[in-house]
Amino acid sequence: MLNDVIFGQYYPVRSFVHNMDPRAKILFVIAYIVAIFLADNFYALAAVTLFLIVAVLASRVPFGRVLRSVKMILFLIIFTAILNLFFYAGNELHVIWQWKFITLSWEAVINTVFLAFRLFLLVMGTSVLTLTTAPVPLTDGIESLLTPLKWIKFPVHELALIMSIALRFIPTLMDETNRIVAAQKARGANFETGGLIKRAKAVVPVLIPLLVSAFRRAEDLGDAMDARCYSGAKGRTKYKKLVFTWRDLVGALLLAALIAGVVLLNVYLGGKFAILDAFL
Amino acid sequence: MEAVRLENVKFAYREGEGSYAVNGVTLSVEEGEFVAVLGRNGSGKSTLAKMINALLIPTEGRAIVFGLDTADEKNTFEIRKSAGMVFQNPDNQTVASIVEDDVAFGPENIGLPREEIGRRIGFALDAVGMSAFRSATPSRLSGGQKQRIAIAGVLAVLPKIMILDESTAMLDPKGRREVMDVVKKLNKERGMTVIFITHFMDEALEADRAVVMHRGETVMDGTPREIFSRSDELEMYGLALPRAAYISKKLAEGGMPVGGAFRAEDLAEEICASLQKA
Ligand SMILES: Nc1ncnc2c1ncn2[C@@H]1O[C@H](COP(=O)(O)OP(=O)(O)OP(=O)(O)O)[C@@H](O)[C@H]1O
Ligand SMILES: [Mg+2]
Repeated sequence: MLNDVIFGQYYPVRSFVHNMDPRAKILFVIAYIVAIFLADNFYALAAVTLFLIVAVLASRVPFGRVLRSVKMILFLIIFTAILNLFFYAGNELHVIWQWKFITLSWEAVINTVFLAFRLFLLVMGTSVLTLTTAPVPLTDGIESLLTPLKWIKFPVHELALIMSIALRFIPTLMDETNRIVAAQKARGANFETGGLIKRAKAVVPVLIPLLVSAFRRAEDLGDAMDARCYSGAKGRTKYKKLVFTWRDLVGALLLAALIAGVVLLNVYLGGKFAILDAFL
Repeated sequence: MEAVRLENVKFAYREGEGSYAVNGVTLSVEEGEFVAVLGRNGSGKSTLAKMINALLIPTEGRAIVFGLDTADEKNTFEIRKSAGMVFQNPDNQTVASIVEDDVAFGPENIGLPREEIGRRIGFALDAVGMSAFRSATPSRLSGGQKQRIAIAGVLAVLPKIMILDESTAMLDPKGRREVMDVVKKLNKERGMTVIFITHFMDEALEADRAVVMHRGETVMDGTPREIFSRSDELEMYGLALPRAAYISKKLAEGGMPVGGAFRAEDLAEEICASLQKA
């Protein structure tokens, strides 16, 4: 399961979203994130959620699969949520419970739910991108979007190549890590118990062989790339060409509608605490 | 036509001191030949192979590939186009996360137009029998399949020589068979020149010619049958006979009227024949 960490989690089916241009998808994700941060009340977040649901349906990736990506940062969400819940500062709070400097207020509850909701939408949305875009088009998209930087001699092609190779090697190195861990366990290494320092020390005999092997692999890969006539960006062509299609136009229109909707909902339905006035 | 000519090549990984990984090899490989290279660990096989496609440049002597000297940097690109190389570990020669993107890497590097790259991918995957896996993820394939993808990646550049450096070493018997079948087919049907480095003597039997290396030198050169009939010499160079040949030799020494079989099938036939006579 570790293999699915953020990248390398491409879900290979054909769908409307899969067939969109990766450059468009990257820009859409940025716009989507903007929408999330613009949203200032629950109605606006609900609009973003609606958009997310449409996007997931159009991607034909099962919801469970998209949710899995949230599971991986669940800890982070819970952690920030708890901090937020008890240490929310503000004036004129509707206090529910108080003990020394820890205060639990309705505002904190709302704020926490809001924050967790945002994080959730953020992760779900970005994982739709990585689930529907294979690493090569993804890096091609990034490369293409960064092309203007070539102008200031920024090594865009090399950066994109490094990224796609890194993505490609994640599963390989994960397998390797598991093998080394198993090998060290067989030699009596203990990764499960002991204090922080002891555990950190136990990582060293895993990290060192992993590094050694990674360097070996890098050397082999360099040879293999040379042998396959690699000689940098010049004179190189691309098999997969990126083209915008009507799908990207549809996506752009939907996102424009989303942002407009979020702004309107913000303006007309007040801030996130407005619902408190209705109840308290 | 002569595909590869090595003229007294030497190679030292560290300049200065007199220890050569390859120490004065002269070798000529004709176009269309299938040459197996044998030799114990550290005998210089990989070093030799890397000199053929200009990954390493001879410290002394010359390496000529289809008339081009590898020492001239201007030739490097052409040489690598005509001499492809498949390595031992399939995981370390895959650059992309999708089969077709990986196979496309070589054609992209030589600057082919898109349509042609598409055709080459189709051709190369077809040649290794992996067409059905065009959009698969290499990391989920079996070892033999991965190695066939690596071969396809090299094939897509349409090389005239294919060097395989222990490309079957990490595979199970089935995977080894798959790779060997693909390579033999390329050799027979497309006249591909093959230089096949291996530790498996049974694989060497499938070649037209076998070369044995020892301490950086070529010490034996002939048909696999010639080489394997000189078993004492082989032993001296740290090599064993193919299993069937070994058993056959022992049976003959024990007085059974067999001899000269190198492959398991031949040996079985001989044994059956001798049993029927008895
Ligand atoms: N990168 C390197 N740096 C320094 N010495 C090396 C390097 N690679 C190989 N050698 C040395 O050169 C000699 C020949 O190595 P080479 O890899 O060519 O042998 P080989 O026949 O391919 O062995 P194997 O069967 O183990 O693959 C060995 O003594 C080895 O230690
Ligand atoms: Mg070797």
